[in-house]
Amino acid sequence: MMDNTDSVDEIRAIITRHKRWDLLALIAGIIALMIAVLTFIALFGSMVIDGMPRITLEFFTSFPSRKPEIAGILSAWVGTTLVMLVTAAAAVPLGVAAGVYLEEYAPKNLITEIIEINVTNLAGVPSIIYGLLALGLFVYQMGLGQSILAAGLTLALLILPIVIVATREAIRSIPVAIREGAYALGATKWQTVADHVIPYSAAGILTGIIIGLARAIGETAPIITIGALTFIAFLPPSPVQEQFPFLSFDWLMDPFTVMPIQMFNWISRPQEAFQHNAAAAGLVLIIMTVIMNGLAIYLRYHLRKKIKW
Amino acid sequence: MAKIPAAINTPPKSLRHNHKRHLKERIIELLLFLAAFLSVFITFAIIYLLISESLVFFKHVPLWDFLTDTQWTPLFDDAHYGILPLLSGTVISSLVALAIALPFGTIIAIYLSEFAPFLVREIAKPFLELLGGVPTVVYGYFALLFVTPLLQTILPDLPGFNLLSAGLVMGIMIIPYVSSMTEDAMRSVPMHLREGSYAMGATRFQTAITVVMPASLSGIAAAYILGISRAVGETMVVAIAAGMQPNLVWNPTEPAATITTYIVQVSLGDLPHGSIGYQTIFAAGLTLLLLTLVFNILGHLLRKRFREVY
Repeated sequence: MMDNTDSVDEIRAIITRHKRWDLLALIAGIIALMIAVLTFIALFGSMVIDGMPRITLEFFTSFPSRKPEIAGILSAWVGTTLVMLVTAAAAVPLGVAAGVYLEEYAPKNLITEIIEINVTNLAGVPSIIYGLLALGLFVYQMGLGQSILAAGLTLALLILPIVIVATREAIRSIPVAIREGAYALGATKWQTVADHVIPYSAAGILTGIIIGLARAIGETAPIITIGALTFIAFLPPSPVQEQFPFLSFDWLMDPFTVMPIQMFNWISRPQEAFQHNAAAAGLVLIIMTVIMNGLAIYLRYHLRKKIKW
Repeated sequence: MAKIPAAINTPPKSLRHNHKRHLKERIIELLLFLAAFLSVFITFAIIYLLISESLVFFKHVPLWDFLTDTQWTPLFDDAHYGILPLLSGTVISSLVALAIALPFGTIIAIYLSEFAPFLVREIAKPFLELLGGVPTVVYGYFALLFVTPLLQTILPDLPGFNLLSAGLVMGIMIIPYVSSMTEDAMRSVPMHLREGSYAMGATRFQTAITVVMPASLSGIAAAYILGISRAVGETMVVAIAAGMQPNLVWNPTEPAATITTYIVQVSLGDLPHGSIGYQTIFAAGLTLLLLTLVFNILGHLLRKRFREVY
C-alpha cells in the first residue's frame, strides 16, 4: 500500500510539473503576441506624436520645399494615385486572366506546371530585383523613361502573383455544380466563366486586389531603382481635359514622386523639422494601408459568410 | 402523342456548331494563356537582364576579385569590387532579424494554433496581417528614430546608424510572415493525432512539441525559409537605419551596407546608362537573386513534401 501512495504522489508531481510547462508555454505565447502588439502601438504612437501636428490641410495641398514648415505632400499623393491607377489597370486584368486560365482552362501538363512554379517563385523575388528589371526593360529598352507609366507597370509586375493567387483561391471555392448548370443550358466555357465563375468569386478577387494595391502603395525600393525623383514641385498634366476628347494621357510619361519616396527623402535629411514631416507622411501612409488591409479583411470575413452554396 | 415542334428537331441557328463562336472561344483561351505565361516571361526577362549586364561587368572585373576582394568602392577613383562587405552586411542584418522572427513567430504560431481560444485567434490573425502590411519605409523610420535612441540608452556607444536596430525591426516585420505560415502548417495536422496524444495523457504543450511540430516540420521549415528570403531581400529598413557604408564587419552594432542598400544608394544618384556603376547594381542584383533563389527552391521542395504527408 505504501508503494502505491508513493507512486500516486509521484504521478501527481509529474502532472503538476507538466501543467506548469503548459502554463509557461501559454504565457510565452501571450507575451510574444503582446510584443508584436506593443511594437505596433509604439510605431503608430511615435508617428502620431511626431507627425500629428504637421497634418493640416496645407500639408496635403503644398509642394515639397526647402523650408520644412511649409513643405507638403501634394506631388507625392497625386503621384501615388496616378501610379496606382496604372498599376491597377495593368495588374487586375492580367492577374485575373492568369488566375482564370490556371484554374479553369489549364490542362495538366509541363507548361502549366512551369507557370505554377514560376508564380510561386516570383512571389519570393525581392522587390528591388523588380526595380532592376524595370530599369533595364521599361526605362531603357522600351524607352519609357523615369515616368509614371514605368513605375505603374513595375508595381503591377510586383503584385501580379498576389492577384493571381487570390483569384485562384476565390475561383476554387465555387462548386462545380454552378459550372455544370451553365454548361447544361448550352453556355460555352467563356460564357460560364464570364457570367458565373468570375462574378461569384468577385469578393475574393477584390480582396486580393486590395491587398496587392496596399502593398504597392508602400513599395519604395523598386521605384527608387527606376530613378524616380525625390523633389517634385509641379503636378503632371491633368488627365481630364476641358476640350475634346476630354481624357488626356500625357501624364503617363511625366516624372513623378510617390509617398514613400517623399518620406524617405525627408528621413534622410538631418534637420529635425523634416523628420516631423516624415512622420506625418508615414502616418498618412500607415492609415492608407491599414484602411485598405482592413477593408480586405472585412471583405474576406463578412462577404464570404453570406454566400451559401 | 403531341407533335414535337420543329424547332427542337432543328435548333435555331445560334445554337448550331458555330465556327465563329468556336473561334471566339479559342481566341479568349489564347489570351488567358498569354496572361498566365507572362509570369514565365517576367522570370526570363529578370534572368536575362541581370546576367547580360553582369557579363559586361565581369569583363571589367575578374570574378575572383569580385568574390574575394574585401573592399567595395566601385564609384571611387581607386575602385575595388569585392562583394564580401555587402554580403557580410546582408548576413549580419538577416541573422539579427531571424533571431527575432523565428522564435517569436514560432511561439505565436504555437499559441494561436494550440492554445488560443477561438476569439483571440480571430482577432490576432488579422491584426498580424495588418502588421505585415505596414510599408517598409515606415519600419525604417521606426528603426532609425525610435529603436536606435532606445538602444542607445542601453548601449551608449551605439552609432546612429547600425545593423542591430535595423535587424531587430526587420525581425519584427517578418514575424507575421513566419507565424502565419507556421500556424497554417500546424493547423493542417489532423485532429486525431492531437486527440491520440491527449488520450495518452499529454498536455497541450507536450502535444504541440512532440506531435504537432514534428508532423508539420516541413511546413514550418518552409515558413522559416520564406522568412530568411524576406530578410535577405529587405531593402528600406536597412537603407534607412543601417547606414550606407560598405564595411566588412561581423559586429551588428556597427554601420554597414547590404546588397539591397547599395542598389538603392547608387540608384539615388544620377546613374548614366551603361557605366560601370550601372553594371555593378546588376551584378549585385544577380548575387541577391541567386541567394534568394536557393532559399526559394528549398522552400518549394519542402512545401511540396509537406503537402504529400497525409
